[in-house]
Amino acid sequence: MAEPIVKVEGIHKSFGRLEVLKGISMSVNQGEMFVLIGPSGSGKSTLLRCVNHLEKIDAGRIWVDGDLVGYRQAGEKLHELRDSEIVDSRAKIGMVFQHFNLFPHMTALENVALAPRIVLDRKPDEARRRASEVLDRVGLSDKVDEYPARLSGGQQQRVAIARALAMEPKVMLFDEVTSALDPELVKDVLDVMRDLAKLGMTMLVVTHEIGFAREVANHVIFMDDGVIVEQGAPEQVIRNPREERTKRFLGLVLEH
Amino acid sequence: MTPSTGTSDQLTQPGPSQTIEAVPVRHPGRWVAAAIVALIAAALIRSAIENPNFKWDVVGDYLFDERILNGIVKTLELTFLAMLVGVVLGVLLAVMRLSPNWLIRGSGWFYVWVFRGTPVLVQILLWNFISALYPTIDLGIPFGPSFIHLNANDFITPFIAGLLALGLNEGAYMAEIVRAGIISVEEGQTEAAKALGMTRAQTMRHIVLPQAMRVIIPPTGNETISMLKYTSLVSVIAVAELLYSAQLIYAQNFQQIPLLLVVCIWYLAITSVLSIGQYFLERHYGRGRLRDEPVTLFEQIRSGWLGRRASPDDLLQRGAAGGAR
Repeated sequence: MAEPIVKVEGIHKSFGRLEVLKGISMSVNQGEMFVLIGPSGSGKSTLLRCVNHLEKIDAGRIWVDGDLVGYRQAGEKLHELRDSEIVDSRAKIGMVFQHFNLFPHMTALENVALAPRIVLDRKPDEARRRASEVLDRVGLSDKVDEYPARLSGGQQQRVAIARALAMEPKVMLFDEVTSALDPELVKDVLDVMRDLAKLGMTMLVVTHEIGFAREVANHVIFMDDGVIVEQGAPEQVIRNPREERTKRFLGLVLEH
Repeated sequence: MTPSTGTSDQLTQPGPSQTIEAVPVRHPGRWVAAAIVALIAAALIRSAIENPNFKWDVVGDYLFDERILNGIVKTLELTFLAMLVGVVLGVLLAVMRLSPNWLIRGSGWFYVWVFRGTPVLVQILLWNFISALYPTIDLGIPFGPSFIHLNANDFITPFIAGLLALGLNEGAYMAEIVRAGIISVEEGQTEAAKALGMTRAQTMRHIVLPQAMRVIIPPTGNETISMLKYTSLVSVIAVAELLYSAQLIYAQNFQQIPLLLVVCIWYLAITSVLSIGQYFLERHYGRGRLRDEPVTLFEQIRSGWLGRRASPDDLLQRGAAGGAR
């Protein structure tokens, strides 16, 4: 069995006195799509942000592609990584945010081409050529020279996905990427994610789109109050949940 | 109630829209106010022309006097160099004030507190008399060897004293402006940059500072214009900038009013040029912010001129927006 791409072991995370993650473990294999569902405040987004070290964990270990996240182990001792070392590990992990966070002073193409150029040291020409290829893949070949303010939410989010893809990451993290979108724009973004899943991209997705999870996910994790309540194949977790808390949540979400 | 004559079919089919030819609202109060303003303006212009004490001929004689032109060069040098010192110092102090280390943060705060809390005129005088405080200046390692040894009286000329006072004082103000600019950039931007694997320095250079510039440029333009005028304060320590050059001339010929008018004309001319430069800088750093590209200066002046009158297109758009609600 090959090494899992993302391996999380017993992690804990608190903000002040509030413990948000209370011992989470999971492992994601190459090409798998994991979907995290659960009520807001259950710790799904925090878990995602810990994976690329945007948040520091208090206990436990996370490995991405075999490397420990945020630390280096020398014998028994852990050493905190320098900024420049963390940067290297982050470049392997793509992340897409709820509020897009596109760079407003750059065109779509510049948004996508910047990081390959300055982080991966690609030549400017090559970075731009690759960027327009990726933008084409998310269906935005006609918007390359537009600034984000002139794009719809759905288009902005697809630029953000292209921006992450241009780094050729080993795994992609999606943090409620459709929550800020108008209902009619959600489909375009989900379609792009569906295509990615088909192409074998390893993905960790936090979402409220239960239908999408049921259709595309390999594995569904239901989290509540900082712990994994139930997990398994989507047919099992979403169609026939065993736990009372899962049933209640799905009942509330699927009712309307 | 009026009886409805249309069927549902007719309701969904939009007919030709009727054009609006309404009588606009009259504003008699505005006209009276405008008339009063025009009257006052006419009186002022007439007095400027007819009062012989203005001595416009003398103004004309001295407007391009060599001493005045040399003074302008000094004024511009002082403005440019003092702003340079101020901006460099301001960026440094702003980064200090955002440091996680409390000693560094506190030092930045202390500097701003001292220099913003004392009048710049007093600071100019203090720097001018600095040799009474430190007769010699040694540059080197504190409590260690010194490499450069200067006589304060020779090194701190009035020009250097004025430059130091204006620049160091400006640093305190620029620090606040730069800090506000950096803080104004959303945290999501830094986060997105981090997630893409950019270092802190790359994030600062490519993501944060270009966006902070939008917030930093307008007040910095104002600071430059203020600085141009504040340089006249160094006339008190006999630096021959624009004002002091004029004072030297009227000390001999007693033509105070015309020479001060010459000074005002030049300050106005230079601040006007600076304002135009600021407009183009703001437009450059504002790119991508607006859905419509910013209009050119000429277009803006023209639309400002006719701005009160809405075009038929505007009215149509507003109507459509209202209808969509």
